[in-house]
Amino acid sequence: MEYLNIIIQEFYKILFLIVPVLVSVALIVWLDRRVWAFVQKRQGPNVVGPFGLLQSLADALKYIFKEIIIPASSNKIIFILAPIVTMTLALIAWAVIPFSETHVLANINVGILYLFAVSSLGVYGIIMGGWASNSKYPFLGAIRSAAQMVSYEVSIGIIIINVLLCVGSLNLNDIVKAQQNLWYIVPLFPMFVIFFISALAETNRPPFDLPEAEAELVAGYQTEYSGMMYAMFWLGEYANILLMCAMGSILFLGGWLSPIDFYPFNLIPGAIWLIFKILFLFILFALVKAIVPRYRYDQLMRLGWKIFLPFSLTWVVLTASYLFYFNLLPTN
Amino acid sequence: MKLTRFLKTIFMTDFLSGLLIAIKELFKSKKTINYPFEKGKISPRFRGEHALRRYPNGEERCIACKLCEAVCPAQAITIESTEREDGSRKTTRYDIDMMKCIYCGLCEESCPVDAIVQGPNFEFSTETREELYYTKEKLLDNGDRWENILAANIKADSPYR
Repeated sequence: MEYLNIIIQEFYKILFLIVPVLVSVALIVWLDRRVWAFVQKRQGPNVVGPFGLLQSLADALKYIFKEIIIPASSNKIIFILAPIVTMTLALIAWAVIPFSETHVLANINVGILYLFAVSSLGVYGIIMGGWASNSKYPFLGAIRSAAQMVSYEVSIGIIIINVLLCVGSLNLNDIVKAQQNLWYIVPLFPMFVIFFISALAETNRPPFDLPEAEAELVAGYQTEYSGMMYAMFWLGEYANILLMCAMGSILFLGGWLSPIDFYPFNLIPGAIWLIFKILFLFILFALVKAIVPRYRYDQLMRLGWKIFLPFSLTWVVLTASYLFYFNLLPTN
Repeated sequence: MKLTRFLKTIFMTDFLSGLLIAIKELFKSKKTINYPFEKGKISPRFRGEHALRRYPNGEERCIACKLCEAVCPAQAITIESTEREDGSRKTTRYDIDMMKCIYCGLCEESCPVDAIVQGPNFEFSTETREELYYTKEKLLDNGDRWENILAANIKADSPYR
């Protein structure tokens, strides 16, 4: 009975996290399309619901009622598993995101490692999807995305080390609290820029959307998918983008901390500030999508390995030396 | 030269100026319209769905001269005619195959009495092929329905004919 109680309680907690995340994914897809359209002076989706807010819901309904086609030559189990893996991994990472000092599903001490590990695993969904389709374009897309995500993971990892050097803890709440006086975007601004660009590559957003480059690969690893399975890839992708925005705002923009810390403003709950920061980063994501042309594959690799990796490594050394020289290393 | 290029790359000036332009464009007025609810302006010369017009007293304009049938490059028009009791020549059949039609407007131009015209309507898609074989009744019905606009368009365009 006791176990059951705990399970039910946890279940409710998870539900209260997952449902808002899924709803915001739907809204963020709408926002993405809308911003994209506005930059190109189009109207964007504006028919379904007020300002077209329910567009994603309508799309999801459409996907639900569509037939799921499983290619005859595919590896069926892995083919079906791939979108499930993508979406699950994109959602479980939200467990450690702190929405305020107390509002966090799992306040584990290795939060940032968990986040990093889960977002690294995200590539498996794509590789599985591309391989199990047993078709050339999905396979090429999967190979590309594997190489791309692995390369940019390295620089994201090293950027995280930069932040961790300043914080002295892997706990996400501690990382947020360490930014009480100064958000890390100020001292580590170049790292923030590299993090942002790496996050674009990590989530397969333009200009790094090579895995699904429609001009050359049809739709990359999603080519053979249809109906709800495609929708799950799509949900997972956007949940991942949101996650990357959340990670960026926690590491560099002070997470749930209020930017203006005096009377009327510090009454606003931290979750709202976090949402604002995520939104800000996401709008940047959407704007970037609208203005940049796609990178060539070798350019992408060069940027990741020959520019970002050495640069962020150098910055780790600089940060460490600075902290050591001025005796600012966090001790606990 | 190389140094400026390097600095440009490091500070991403190209990217930032692009971002600035994007943000500026974000707030400008939109160039697209909500199509089924709003419609773009079309010229009086617009060559849309065909219509056969009548005189104000209800008499058909068409005199079955078959000029349109002769001029039609797609041979979409079929006309049969007969002499009425009062001695005037009138059509018994006036069919346009709207799928053969290339909407060139030659029938309208060749017509000596402004009977066959192409109106402003372009939303006449159908679910079956048969519905696009327009008969005389359908064309006359179109004419009655659009007469106000058709007359206004012909008047507006007359100085240039």
